[in-house]
Parts: sequence; structure tokens; C-alpha cells
Amino acid sequence: MMNKLILGRYIPGDSIIHRLDPRAKLVASFYFIGIIFLCNNFISFGAMFAFTIFAILLSKISLRFFINGVKPLIWLILFTVLLQVMFSQGGEVYFKWWIFSISEFGIKNGAFIFIRFVLIIFMSTLLTLTTPPLSLSDAIEYLLRPLKTIKFPAHEISLMLSIALRFVPTLMDETEKIMNAQRARGVDFGEGNLMQKMKAIVPLLIPLFVSSFNRAEDLAIAMEARGYQGGEGRTKYRVLHWELPDTVVVIAFALLTVLLVFIRS
Amino acid sequence: MKTPLIELNNITFKYLGEDTKNALNNVSLNIYPGEWVALIGHNGSGKSTLAKTINGLIAPTSGEINVKGEEVTEATLWDVRRMIGMVFQNPDNQFVGSTVEDDVAFGLENQGVPRDEMVARVKDALETVRMEDFAIKEPARLSGGQKQRVAIAGVIALRPDVIILDEATSMLDPQGRQEVIETIRKIKEDSNLTVISITHDIDEAAHANRVLVMREGEIIQEGTPAEIFSRGEELIELGLDVPFPEKLKAALKDRGMSVPDHYLTEEGMVDWLWTSGLNK
Repeated sequence: MMNKLILGRYIPGDSIIHRLDPRAKLVASFYFIGIIFLCNNFISFGAMFAFTIFAILLSKISLRFFINGVKPLIWLILFTVLLQVMFSQGGEVYFKWWIFSISEFGIKNGAFIFIRFVLIIFMSTLLTLTTPPLSLSDAIEYLLRPLKTIKFPAHEISLMLSIALRFVPTLMDETEKIMNAQRARGVDFGEGNLMQKMKAIVPLLIPLFVSSFNRAEDLAIAMEARGYQGGEGRTKYRVLHWELPDTVVVIAFALLTVLLVFIRS
Repeated sequence: MKTPLIELNNITFKYLGEDTKNALNNVSLNIYPGEWVALIGHNGSGKSTLAKTINGLIAPTSGEINVKGEEVTEATLWDVRRMIGMVFQNPDNQFVGSTVEDDVAFGLENQGVPRDEMVARVKDALETVRMEDFAIKEPARLSGGQKQRVAIAGVIALRPDVIILDEATSMLDPQGRQEVIETIRKIKEDSNLTVISITHDIDEAAHANRVLVMREGEIIQEGTPAEIFSRGEELIELGLDVPFPEKLKAALKDRGMSVPDHYLTEEGMVDWLWTSGLNK
């Protein structure tokens, strides 16, 4: 079940994209999502598409992973596209029935939305596929740091994030164990109607909940015993290095933005 | 007489909500530098509670604790924790870092150790527990024994004077257990560490210089492993296993052989067996 989930997974590798500073990648991905809304004609979308494909090629990860990343969302995308196609008016009308119409403008809009969705998913998949979750949480901590001045708990948030990420596989294992233990005692997961399915989840959820509390207490004691007193006066073992390729990424995005501004209509 | 490293004077502790029974009842205990002390006893005898009072994770209801001549109070708490490292039972629940090296560095980060020194100490500690090849691995990819060795590395990177093993081997398989005990024994020899191990494991207790037996929040017996182990049957009542030579002795006794009363190690047992065979 969990193996199908491409979004949020990390594939170890050693490409230029892999080696980039996670801060650069994180900011670039968000920036990409921002500037994709600048596009409003086929040339500008084409430019964005070429840029994305170039980035994917640089990562040396097979395109298959990215397509798999789109798959779980395909119905949502098609639904949105369909709504756009049927309800947008303008240009030459090819087909009309009741309140639905398929027009030149509608088709164009639908196509744009489709490309926009796919590019956003490609880019965010590229971010998570090439960046270990840990580096991502380091990057988030760094980027949240300025907010400390307004008393935002940046250290606590990043500690929570890294502990949460570290416990994901441990809790997955435990979920599996509890499921199997309950199955051995006759619980049928995923059978029957919706109500029965929901009820079957309870013997999984409650033990998982209780054991999380126990884990939390054990972890808190272990952390205290090792001298954890909060974020004050701590040094950091991991440091992020901003290097030349990261600056190149920033420049590339700046150039792309300028290009988009010129070719949009 | 040596000055004790850790002094417990009349420690009493009662858990909140339990009004009838004390978890610890008037416990007094001295632990000397370089000693390996094993604390044994059945479940609920107060072993873990005692360990937690030593580094201030719980405050005793009455009595006082001195570490290196300094009383453990609110103010000295963090200094005391710097001197005492603890390894807990569950290898998963004490793994704070996302990778092995992060976890080892966690305690150092807390103490504000500069990064250059931190890198060297992490590397050192991982080499000591023979986990240097696993530095960038995630906990999900390690076995229980490996995680426990990482936990030990995290403690020794802090260079404490005392390591408390709070049932650190109880969730491991025999091989993992052996690895962890061996690692501790080696570190202890190299750096004259004081070890307090709380355990059900007879092999672990056999490594100790001194064994303390606890029951109902009190220390009821104290002695060398040989003295304690020679009690045979009594040990089972105390929630402990009997060492293999003792089991063999009991089985021989059942079959009508006369066996020595004093405790024998495995080698001692072998010696006795083949000499006794000659006597017939």
C-alpha cells in the first residue's frame, strides 16, 4: 500500500540536483509554483515544460517515477479539466447542450490547467525524490529562522518535524504488526460496507495511539537524560553549504522569470 | 577507603497515586569509581526507579543523592546528567536522531559542543562501538543490537563518568546481548568508567564486581557475583535465571552426585567435573 506512494519518497542518487542545497531546492520549488501562474499561452507553457524536463534529466531519475507521481491525482486533474472545458465560454463554439458547451477557449483553458497540474506535481516530486527528508527539515528550520524575532518557535517546529520523519518507518512497522496481530485474532480489515470497515479500524487505531503515548514518554525521558534543555545554547551537527550550483539555480530561475514575462501574452 | 562517586542516603520514593507502597524504601548505597555494579531483582522491585533517581529524572520523596560530592538538586541537575549517561530498554524509543551520526551527536548538540569537535567525537564514539560503517544509516535499517550500540555511542561521546544501563539488553536476542555487553566491558576497561547495570540477564550480572539484589524497593542482598549465584534456587524466586553451571549442579544433585556448594564458573565446573571423574 505504502510502496505505491511516490509523493514524499526519496530516491538516493548522486546527480547535480541531488547535491544541491536543500534550501535552494525548496525555495526554487515554491517559486516555480508561483511563476507557473504567469504562463498564459502555449509558448510560455512550452518554456516551463522544457525547463522542467531539463531539471528531471539532470536528476538522472527515470521519468516513470514522475508519471507514477501524477497517477494518484489523475482523476482530480481530469475532473478539474473537464469542468474547465465545459463551463468556459469564448471563441468558436464546437458543441452546445443545455448549460454545457465546448468552445475553443474552454479547450485551451483545460489544456493549460492540465499542463499546470502536471508541471507542479513533476516539480514537487523532483524535490522530494532528490532530497532526503532530513535535509528538507534542515532547510525548513533555516528558512523559518527569521520568524524567531516574532517569537515563532522555529527550533521546536523543526525538532518536531525531524522526530516525526524519523518515526514514520517505525510507526509503519508497528501498524503492520498490530494489523497482523488483530487479523490473527479474527479482525477483518477492508471487508464489508463502509460502516463495518470503519469499525474494523478501531482495534488498529487505539493500540497505535496508546503505544505512541508510551513512545513519546520514553523518548522524552531519553532526551532529557542526554541533556536536552530546549533550543537555547545548542550547536548543530548538520550544516548546510551554499555552493556555486545553488547560485546558478537562482540565476536560472531569475532568467526564466524574465523570459516568461516577455513571452506571455 | 575510596571516596564514593555516587552516594544514596535513605532514599524513599513513592509514585503519585500509590498511597500504600513505596517504590523505594529507605535505600542507602555507595558506588565507587571504576566499579561495575549490577542491580538485579524481579519486576517491580524498584530497580529502574532507583536508576532514574540517580540522574535526577525523578526526585526522591525523601533522602538525598550525592554525585561526586555534590547533591542532586534542581540547580545541579544538568551537571549531574553530564556526568551520568543512561541507556534505556527500548532501542527504538531512545533513538532521537534521523540517522546514526545525528543520534550520536544529539547529546553533544545539547551541550553546545563546537561542530569541529563534535564531528571528531561522533566518529570516535562510533568506532568504539564498531558502528562507523553505519554512520549515515537510518534507524529503520538497523537491528536492535545495533541501535543499542548506537545509544551507547551517544552516551560515551559525552564522556560521562558513569553509565547506567537500564535493562539495556532485555529486548535483544542472545547475540545482540552479547555484543552490547562486550562493547560495554571494553569501554569500561579502556576508560575506567563506572557502570551500573540493571538487568535480568545473568551473564550481564556475572560481569559485575558487585551484585545488589532488590525486592520490594529495598536492597536485600549484596555481594560478588559468586556469592550471589551460589544461592541457586533462591535466585529463581528473585526473578532471575540461574547460571548454567548452577543448573548443571542441580541436575547432577538430582541424580545423586555430591557437588560442591560454592559457586563455580563454567571453567571451574569443567575442572571439577574431570577431576571428580578421576577420583572414582
